[in-house]
Amino acid sequence: MTSPSITASGAKARAFLGFPLILLICVVSSAVLYFVLSQLDSSYAFLAAYTVLQFVALATAWNILGGYAGYVNFGVAAFFATGVYTSVIIYKTVQWPLLVTIPIAAAAAGLLGLGMGYLTLRLRGVFFSIATLALAVVLNTIVVNWSFVGGSRGVYVMRPQEIILFSSYERYLFVVMLVLAIGSVLIARAIENSWLGRGLAALKDDEMAAECAGVPSLRMKLIATTISGALLGAAGAPFPFFVTYVDPPTAFSLSIAVNAIAMPLIGGTATWLGPVIGALLLGTFQQIATVTISSALNLLIVGVVLVIFITVAPNGIIGFVKDLREKRR
Amino acid sequence: MTFSLDLFSNAIVSGILLGGFYCAIAVGITIVFGMLDIVNIAHPAFIMTGGFIAYFANTQFGIDPLAACAIAMIPAYYVGRLLYRFYNVAFEKRGEESLQGLAFFFGLLFIIEVALLLIFGVDYRFVEAPYIGPTIEIGFISIPWRLLIPLVVGLGLVLVIIAFLSRTFIGKAILAVSQDPLALRLVGGSPVKVKEVAFGLSIATAILAGALLIIIQPIEPSFGRDFIGRVFCITVLGGMTSLPGTIVASMILGVSESLTSTFLGPSWSPAIAFGLLLITLAVRPVGIFGR
Amino acid sequence: MSNAPVLTSRGLTKRFGGFVALKEIDFALASGERVGLIGPNGSGKSTFVNCLTGALQPEEGAVTFKGVDITRMAAWQRARLGLARSFQIPRPFRGLTVRENIEVPLAFVAGLSSQAELEAKAEETLERVGLLAKSASSPKNLSQVELRKLELGRALAAQPEVLIADEAMAGLSDSEVDEILELLMQLNSKGIGIILIEHIMRAVMRFSQRVVVIVAGSKIADGDPQDVMQHPEVVRAYLGQ
Repeated sequence: MTSPSITASGAKARAFLGFPLILLICVVSSAVLYFVLSQLDSSYAFLAAYTVLQFVALATAWNILGGYAGYVNFGVAAFFATGVYTSVIIYKTVQWPLLVTIPIAAAAAGLLGLGMGYLTLRLRGVFFSIATLALAVVLNTIVVNWSFVGGSRGVYVMRPQEIILFSSYERYLFVVMLVLAIGSVLIARAIENSWLGRGLAALKDDEMAAECAGVPSLRMKLIATTISGALLGAAGAPFPFFVTYVDPPTAFSLSIAVNAIAMPLIGGTATWLGPVIGALLLGTFQQIATVTISSALNLLIVGVVLVIFITVAPNGIIGFVKDLREKRR
Repeated sequence: MTFSLDLFSNAIVSGILLGGFYCAIAVGITIVFGMLDIVNIAHPAFIMTGGFIAYFANTQFGIDPLAACAIAMIPAYYVGRLLYRFYNVAFEKRGEESLQGLAFFFGLLFIIEVALLLIFGVDYRFVEAPYIGPTIEIGFISIPWRLLIPLVVGLGLVLVIIAFLSRTFIGKAILAVSQDPLALRLVGGSPVKVKEVAFGLSIATAILAGALLIIIQPIEPSFGRDFIGRVFCITVLGGMTSLPGTIVASMILGVSESLTSTFLGPSWSPAIAFGLLLITLAVRPVGIFGR
Repeated sequence: MSNAPVLTSRGLTKRFGGFVALKEIDFALASGERVGLIGPNGSGKSTFVNCLTGALQPEEGAVTFKGVDITRMAAWQRARLGLARSFQIPRPFRGLTVRENIEVPLAFVAGLSSQAELEAKAEETLERVGLLAKSASSPKNLSQVELRKLELGRALAAQPEVLIADEAMAGLSDSEVDEILELLMQLNSKGIGIILIEHIMRAVMRFSQRVVVIVAGSKIADGDPQDVMQHPEVVRAYLGQ
């Protein structure tokens, strides 16, 4: 039986090693990745990697609200598109650099999350989910009717000719998304290990019992919704420069709508690692598959895999592995 | 946009006609979500499937779209029952229902839409029938047959279901489960079996609603998403379990969309349902006839 | 120590549609007092507790705690003021371990922030309720009496001044009832006022300094346990039991 003092110092040691170690791993693996991709000397390689990293960011962001708090956001496309179109508006007006646009896009999407949450989170979880579904349609409608951002005809976005430090714009975009993805994961991990994560887990299990234990449930849900929304919007900010042509179907893409949900559910929603695994596996698969099969069929497969997984392995890959290990003991 | 009595009255009439159609799309959700708490967000996908079944039957075999879907309702009912049985075993029984159950229906919604896309492509599809085209003129009011028939069928469908729920044994069992599943179990009923029947019924209504949809206008697979907001808006606004509420809310939505479409332009109408839904949730979450 | 009661309700009325669940309940708990709350099933005891703790809002009347009107306060704010409750049917956080369950109120009510402090204090609390051995277990693997102890442990971790124990002993064996009773007595000896809602009469009689009886939404008796149990209306209410 451990005495409290040993446990306490053990906890201190863990906390000390945790963050710097993870950061080191991220920096080293990023450098390796960048080096490998440079050797391939193909802009396609960087763009494909961008897409996969974008999924990592989106899946992680979704999971903050979906996995940690248990509120299912079906309108990921709405938040992503908010980031996309904020970026488009800035491009068409003041042409600020991407690094300035990203926080603004994050703020816009975060506000959207806060507003949506405030209106619906006091009700049952399903109403939040239904409202997010309808939200995507509404924002789509607004964009379609807004000629300044291109309406249904869309807008063309020009990538800057030169960019400091990088030999091509694709490499720059890749690094930006790499940082966003890593940032999202670090934020998710920090939340998970903090009082916020603990409170969200409690209210996800039993909201009334959590309240009686002092958890301010509405406040916590709003924080999670805002952070989740903001990260989704941030991931959308570089997108116009990635695709160079933005129209509603591209911004409110079906692929993003289903993948942002499928990846965490397939990988495992309990921890930050699940969305990462789901995104890396599914994202890479799709990048390879799009070359051989149509994108619609590709999406169909994702949908089917999602349904199979949540039926057979409801806690995702990570949950499945955990169960296996426990059974072996 | 100049305001004229002509335009206004026609907008109101169109709205009411549309409202009748909306009854048909929402009645299934009132039963399944309002009464039985099954969040079938894939419902609009089944509506679209109904529309494409009507299209297929009409273009390949020359069958009237309404007749095609009326017949298709029967296998649809059984498919619905099977679907619910699967959902019950896989999710409800395990108690993980909230996240995974919702994701299941979302996955289904998605799979059906993409499958329809793969089979039928992105082009608009329409049907031909003698009643699509002609219009009744009463003074300055014009009532197209292709809107009138969905109104009649839609209202008729809801009235039939109201009668079914209050007069038949299974119908009363559905009402019983919606109010008190435990009591039903105590008198020997099986809530799961009852929910299964109700779910099958709701899918059948969706298929029929699909026929009405394609009679009203040409369709393409992505339309389903526009209907999600509408369907849940109507159920919530009407007062979750209330079928008369479904009728009233459908009319309110239909008229609101029609007025907006006439005076602000048609591209704004998908947003109306969501706006109404949000207002309802904020101001009176139990809906008009809700308790 | 002041003589003012620490927890009161005045004219508390709760309606569900046309059904009146609570009729103008007046109640007062002195600091550190042990009160038993009894009444037939469905008489409104749990509804009363829910109004006191913030799970429900009364239509009329007021609830005060330490002199503050808390009638419209959210449940979590009342918890932070020092009003804790355990649930009739244990409601542990199933996704967390036993120790993590205790850490939630420690973090949110007691305001502890460092992981080390939380773990240490959680283990201390688990020791007090006799669950230290199960610290790393999941609530899914606990027995009934252990779940009840976890409920009480969680309420205790909130460092309350008043604890409402809602049927904490239902369904337990005689020795298990004694275990819980012993635990509650210990907590009370530290100055925590306790409202015990129970059907197990011997526990109520042993434990309470005062007994309150609610029947059909109204308070029909309030006083010394022996006197209350001989009150004609109370006897009548329990005759069918």
